Amino acid sequence: MFDIQHKSKGLVSHGVSACAGCGLELIMRNVMSVLGEDTVILIPPGCSALFSGYGNESGLKIAGFQGNLENTAACAAGVRAALNAQGNYHTTVLAFAGDGGTVDIGLQALSGVLERRDRIMYICYDNEAYMNTGIQGSSSTPFFASTTTTPSGKPTSRKNLMEIAIAHDIPYAATASIHNLNDFKKKLKKAMETDGPSLIHIQTPCPTGWRYDPGKSVELARLAVQTGSWILFEYEDGRVTINSKLKDLKPITDYIEIQGRFKHLTEEQKAELQDYTEKYYHRYIKKLENMNIETEEHATA
Amino acid sequence: MQKQQEKHSKELKKCRVLGPVATIFASSTTGSWRLERPVIDYEKCIKCGTCERFCPTNVIDVYKDRAECVVINYDYCKGCGICVNECPSKCMKMIPERGEE
Repeated sequence: MFDIQHKSKGLVSHGVSACAGCGLELIMRNVMSVLGEDTVILIPPGCSALFSGYGNESGLKIAGFQGNLENTAACAAGVRAALNAQGNYHTTVLAFAGDGGTVDIGLQALSGVLERRDRIMYICYDNEAYMNTGIQGSSSTPFFASTTTTPSGKPTSRKNLMEIAIAHDIPYAATASIHNLNDFKKKLKKAMETDGPSLIHIQTPCPTGWRYDPGKSVELARLAVQTGSWILFEYEDGRVTINSKLKDLKPITDYIEIQGRFKHLTEEQKAELQDYTEKYYHRYIKKLENMNIETEEHATA
Repeated sequence: MQKQQEKHSKELKKCRVLGPVATIFASSTTGSWRLERPVIDYEKCIKCGTCERFCPTNVIDVYKDRAECVVINYDYCKGCGICVNECPSKCMKMIPERGEE
């Protein structure tokens, strides 16, 4: 089907116009290496549209469709229904949207898919702002982070996408990080095999938007987990497995001092952020663990 | 709907457009904008493959049986420096693209 003009090692082209050090590019390559050729990809406008290409050129060897920003999940459900009508139950339908296309604009479409239990796989790569249009703040932008629409720091904390998915009693949902690719690939495999909707929420460091040296992408992803800013866990049929349960969190300054988007913070604000992150981390871990206790009680009763 | 499409394609007879469909799988090389590129000290390299795993453009190959064990395709390397930052034996470094100044 494709006229292959340049060689590439995997299913993704080597020369994509993503920025140097882009976390998304690393994610896309790993996603494609796990899912393989038997996949249909749905991409909304955004940074991920670099992979669906311009004009008649594409950066992916698989079939794909670039829809609108607000209906990625609905398009995926439509493709799934069409494939099912053909009797094709083996092809994976992957929706690959950013945080803006998921937690802000595409939320109603995603909610609809989760409620209807369409068998699609949804990956939200979370670079914590609308990076492709020029770093506007989204509802996934963390507390105090500076963007072009919140120049003095976002005054509110972020929306929790996983909680929203869990509220729909999703069969499989997980958070992931690019510093642990084996864990990410394992979660991708599980999501692919789930009979029903599955969601992977992955943090994507963005050198342009977060304003740091591009070489530190993977290091920052690691620090986000170690400081408790990003929590790794899986939600599988009502059971929660926490992958990043840490006894001692690293000070938040390790994470924020590398990034230009937190440069404006005063000492008091840093202390406030430290306090907020720690409290949120411990409270959230406790909440997730309680979810397991409740399901166990129900099983024995 | 079909009439509309046919009418449209008749007008565009010269270009033979099938619709807004990508039919070419292409890559563009980095070109001249890269400022720094990674180089490897082959004696210190432990051939762990960390750079290969974390390279966003997937242009690094690690061969365990060769003396020059790490091969980087500089056509597509964007010079981000993730490989250098993640290398556990610190055998890689970035050098300026336009020579020492």
